[in-house]
Amino acid sequence: MTEKKNTLVEIRDVTKSYHRGSYTVPVLREISLDIGEGEFLCLMGPSGSGKTTLLNLIAGIDRVDSGTIRVGDVAITNLSEMELAQWRATHVGFIFQFYNLIPVLTAVENVELPLHLTGLSKKERWEHAMMALRLVNLDHRVSHYPNQLSGGEQQRVAIARAIITDPTLLVADEPTGDLDRVSAEEVLNLMGRLNSDLGKTIIMVTHDPRAAARARQLKHLEKGLLNDAHP
Amino acid sequence: MLILKILWKNAFRNKLRTSLTLLGITIAILAFGLLRTVISAWYAGVEASSATRLVTRNSTSIIFSLPLSYKNRISQTSGVKTVSYGTWFGGVYIEEKNFFPNFSVEPQTFLDLYPEFLVSPNEKEAFLRDRKGFVAGRKLVEKYGWKIGDIVTLKGTIFLGDWDFVLRAIYRGRDKTTDESQFLFHWEYLNETLKKRNPYHPWVDQVGYYMIGVTRPEVGSAVAAAIDGAFKNSFAETLTETEKAFQQGFVAMSGAIITAIQLVSMVVIVIILAVVANTMAMTTRERMGEYAVLKTLGFGRKHIAGLIFGESFVITMLGCGLGIAATFPAAQVFTHTLGTYFPIFRVEPKTVYLDLAAGFVVGGCAGIIPAIRAIQIRIADGLRRIG
Repeated sequence: MTEKKNTLVEIRDVTKSYHRGSYTVPVLREISLDIGEGEFLCLMGPSGSGKTTLLNLIAGIDRVDSGTIRVGDVAITNLSEMELAQWRATHVGFIFQFYNLIPVLTAVENVELPLHLTGLSKKERWEHAMMALRLVNLDHRVSHYPNQLSGGEQQRVAIARAIITDPTLLVADEPTGDLDRVSAEEVLNLMGRLNSDLGKTIIMVTHDPRAAARARQLKHLEKGLLNDAHP
Repeated sequence: MLILKILWKNAFRNKLRTSLTLLGITIAILAFGLLRTVISAWYAGVEASSATRLVTRNSTSIIFSLPLSYKNRISQTSGVKTVSYGTWFGGVYIEEKNFFPNFSVEPQTFLDLYPEFLVSPNEKEAFLRDRKGFVAGRKLVEKYGWKIGDIVTLKGTIFLGDWDFVLRAIYRGRDKTTDESQFLFHWEYLNETLKKRNPYHPWVDQVGYYMIGVTRPEVGSAVAAAIDGAFKNSFAETLTETEKAFQQGFVAMSGAIITAIQLVSMVVIVIILAVVANTMAMTTRERMGEYAVLKTLGFGRKHIAGLIFGESFVITMLGCGLGIAATFPAAQVFTHTLGTYFPIFRVEPKTVYLDLAAGFVVGGCAGIIPAIRAIQIRIADGLRRIG
């Protein structure tokens, strides 16, 4: 009963294939996994093993072929596209390898962007965005555009954007993949703090053993099958 | 507001491409506006027609004459208030390129029938007194630099020889649609000269057409029927119609040209559509990753479609505005160089509305396919395009 209460993500018999012309490429084969609330899980594996696909499925940006995924009380595999978009807006924060900031918006505007889907006033959105930027130590770069920021700074802005809606779950796909060592350390420290201090559940895909070392739980994917691994 | 900022900034991200697209739209809207204005100019005579004026001509063709003796019988028709008459003179000034409309008319009744031709009382009096006198429109006088009292010689192309006239009056148009480039002189002068030169000339005591003022617009058709009935089975049967129908008959003679101009103006719009659609297809393909990010953050179809259509409308309507702004000075240049062919060359409000409508349709259509593609793309596929 206690274990059930602590499980945030429940994945059951998930299968996923991609179609390339007349070929069907199986990516995930009957994956089952439970991820606890407040967990920091790292998914590792060789290229093409299905790590990003599994992350996308958990985050509700791709669809399973079969099986179910439940996040909290919501079976996201049963949601329509529109419901899924609304669910993502409030429950998931995304951190990408290439930051994926909107180049025509300043740092604070990028962070503020997800709040436009909420009923917050302009002033409230601004205050929330500033708070998030302070959390990632970038409150002195609010008016800078992405191309005026370093890679590490851009990723910190992306993290601020990911946490602005106070999501249940943070998903990160190779968050240090495009960063130098120092910037990568900063980003990992920040993610560690979000997990330990704020209790955010984080699922991270990475090739980087140093990044993986920060996780509390490590899973290894190979040829669409999930194995336990040790950090 | 942030969405508006994104679409506005997106529109100018690739400055060279946007500038070239804007240039294309501006030129196309300018061409469209000028072509529509040419069509309006063609119909200017129709627009300026009065509902209380009828025109009677030879039923066979306008090129055949009617006897002057018809005037009295027409005057006696019930509902007729004024009868005037005239003949197309077809003279040229110095050389053939100096073309402008010139008619011989019965001056007193003509000026009574056409109150939109404003002439000062003194000049009117001088014109009526002098049989060799003529009255010319303000634009024509300005174009050739004539002054009151100047002798102007026209070379006759129908009535051969040199014909001298004295400028006695200048008229101004009461309305914007009044043609200010006409040259009007005494029919009596033409008739007497023809008689002197050749008493058997076929146009002696003949007129090209009668202009008839009726008491009320409602009696027009009854008066027309009565006049045509009166001359039925005569050697010169008549065809009487409203001034508007008469003018439309002239326009109809150029029907094929007008249709061609209308078709070209439509083709221009299709060309802009292709240009903007191409721009939007390229920009959307480049930004597919960004749209995927927005979808990931929870933005829905309407937001993505709004961004793409918004960008399309920003570019198109901006180009449309520039094109409309350029149409007015271009029309001025057009008037200056081709004023005698198109005396009323005015950019009508209707043309501006058509420009705006064309811009709106192009902006909307150009965004449809890119918006559908952006909406339909799977987020995972869109994100793969980044990096």
